[in-house]
Amino acid sequence: MDTMMGLINLEHEHHVFNELTYFRNGSSIPFGGRYRMIDFALSNMVNSGIHEVAIFARSKFRSLLDHLGTGENWSLDRRNGGLYILPPDWNDPTDMSRGDLQFFHNNRDYFRRGKSSYVLISGSQFISNTNYHDAFKFHLDRKADVTLISTKIEELQPEHNSYFRIEADDIGWVKNITNDRKNPSLFTGVYIINKELLMEIVDDCIAYNNNHFFVHGIKERLAGLKVQTYRHRGYSAFINTIESYYRQNMKLLEEKNYQELFYQPTFVRTKISTNPPVKYRKDSVVKNSILANGCIIAGEVEDSVLFRGVSVKKGTTIKNSIIMQRCTIDEGVYLENVILDKDVHVTEGQRIIGSKDKPYVVAKRQTV
Amino acid sequence: MEEIIGMLLAGGEGKRLGALTNNIAKPAVPFGGKYRIIDFTLSNCTNSNIQTLGVLTQYSPLELNRHIGNGKPWDLDRGTGGVSVLSPYTAKNGGDWYSGTADAIYQNIHFINQHNPEYVLVISGDHIYQMDYQRLLEQHKATEADATISVIEVPWEEASRFGILNTTENLRIYEFDEKPINPKSNLASMGIYIFTWETLKAYLIKDAQKKSSSHDFGKDIIPAMLDNDLRLYAYQFNGYWKDVGTIQSYWEANMDLLDEDWGQALNNKNWKMYTNDTNYPPQFIGEDAVVSHSLINSGCFVYGMIESSVLFKNVVVERGCSINQSILHPGVKVGKNATLERVIVMENTEIPEGTSIRIGENEEPLVINQDILTGMLTLSGEEI
Repeated sequence: MDTMMGLINLEHEHHVFNELTYFRNGSSIPFGGRYRMIDFALSNMVNSGIHEVAIFARSKFRSLLDHLGTGENWSLDRRNGGLYILPPDWNDPTDMSRGDLQFFHNNRDYFRRGKSSYVLISGSQFISNTNYHDAFKFHLDRKADVTLISTKIEELQPEHNSYFRIEADDIGWVKNITNDRKNPSLFTGVYIINKELLMEIVDDCIAYNNNHFFVHGIKERLAGLKVQTYRHRGYSAFINTIESYYRQNMKLLEEKNYQELFYQPTFVRTKISTNPPVKYRKDSVVKNSILANGCIIAGEVEDSVLFRGVSVKKGTTIKNSIIMQRCTIDEGVYLENVILDKDVHVTEGQRIIGSKDKPYVVAKRQTV
Repeated sequence: MEEIIGMLLAGGEGKRLGALTNNIAKPAVPFGGKYRIIDFTLSNCTNSNIQTLGVLTQYSPLELNRHIGNGKPWDLDRGTGGVSVLSPYTAKNGGDWYSGTADAIYQNIHFINQHNPEYVLVISGDHIYQMDYQRLLEQHKATEADATISVIEVPWEEASRFGILNTTENLRIYEFDEKPINPKSNLASMGIYIFTWETLKAYLIKDAQKKSSSHDFGKDIIPAMLDNDLRLYAYQFNGYWKDVGTIQSYWEANMDLLDEDWGQALNNKNWKMYTNDTNYPPQFIGEDAVVSHSLINSGCFVYGMIESSVLFKNVVVERGCSINQSILHPGVKVGKNATLERVIVMENTEIPEGTSIRIGENEEPLVINQDILTGMLTLSGEEI
């Protein structure tokens, strides 16, 4: 049976998350009440039947390592296969590879040893709940070299600017990969490639001193490859700025989006915690919000996303905000359009108001 | 050799819990929005650093076995020790069901011998409390006792419902009164014992040979030890403790979690509650929802009114509903404009639109599952 192995490549992800990425890389930013960005790519791989996943991570990955652990929460703590977190290696004096090619080059064994003949490659900024089984079948049926997963965006936003656009013919063969901002057909950063081909391209790229596997190895060699596209349908989001991060969290408060992302036959998997159910005290008022376990709510919460273990004291109002793990909001506080990173303590009587377009962000572990 | 191992009695049928224990053992009954009753004792073991634990099962063990699994959620998946599920078995010379609490331990003497501990902790899986068993052990060692029994003060007027221990001033036990009509003390046994293993073993073997014995710790082993003047001490426990033996007490114990004081127990960082967790997404509270004084677990969708209630995972409460003082087990769906008051709804029950079930304050809360509900609705139309 043909199978795929997984690769989450974080090397060339653009991200402008300011305070949120002071101490972590973009892939481990908390999202949607109890997840981290990387959970979506990782869960999609596992839910598509992939049993071995490698992650290319260069910097600020302590929080990522902590989150992933042995991979058991994604059923990746296996005798065969499993989770491989692959840092680049700088110690080989003969190594002249650059960019993500450095990772490919120094971790050839991962690909060589894997039993699968195909590799599913993804970043961490495309958020969806997808089974790539059909895309893989499409890849095999049409004997493609590469299958790029694309999605059509109804309403283009600034965060979409940095993603490639795909021009394909009527039956899905890719003719061009561009930066045309008006083209609504976005490349999701997810693609399937034949493993042998991948290894060949890696060697070529290194020989030409390239530093970007996708750009130099696939985009610029499009003419010589059989590249097709497979359209992803259903809810999805691209997140690479604070603004898109905020907007996409808020979009989850529309039930349809929430259902499409989270309430599918397969759940998005994440690190399991030991938090108790949410505790609502007398006189709590909560409307149109998402709350993760461990929260204790005595005040008012409206149109907000609360992560695990948030405490909202009496006489406090929270609106249109994202409150991350273990924040404590004391009595008589007013928060609107605010993002609090983990472990923030907001003291009694504070008022913090951001704007819808530019939410006010408080970095991790601050006392305000 | 280990200093202490735990033996957790989890075979109880829990007859007085009615439909709640139709298909599952009492320790496996869902509790507190996310847990099963046994999680309190299992978490106590984890937090008390009891690293070897035998769980004795008998009645309808499937759910319980699946819940405990290899013990991972409680850090009991260990190379040596860890959790072992001990069910009744047959061997060369026959075999039998566990006929009493003492018999259950007697039939597993070989398991305890394997670990060869100095002390054995005997606990049961159907009480709600948080206790550090190490403190119990410390006292046991300090008093050089043969057995130490944990006790709790109960109101004098209720004392005749319990097994009462009469002690001297320094807590040495001289008499055990099972449900006394005129209690001399209000120290009730919590069914939590530490025995010095060599002593207990001898008594278990002797008791097993007695045909007239009911092979019960409270009725047989403890009185026999007292008859022989062994050193038995009471350990006084001052926290929350509840035997969830009846539907009323099951309901009360759930409601107790909504209290400001005891309810904090679930959020105690120094005494975490562990359970077999799932990957349900966070709960979604809708625009028109009114939620207060409640516990709600992940995967729930709430659009109606919830007050003083406990919702397990994956529960849906539609618009216009009013849920009051009720307990909704996993997967329950409540249709639009339904009213529930003092009702315990079992797993995956679907309550049709407009149903109204209200149980008066002085009546026992009602347990319903899909079958009971269908019966009720056919009998009396929609309004009950």
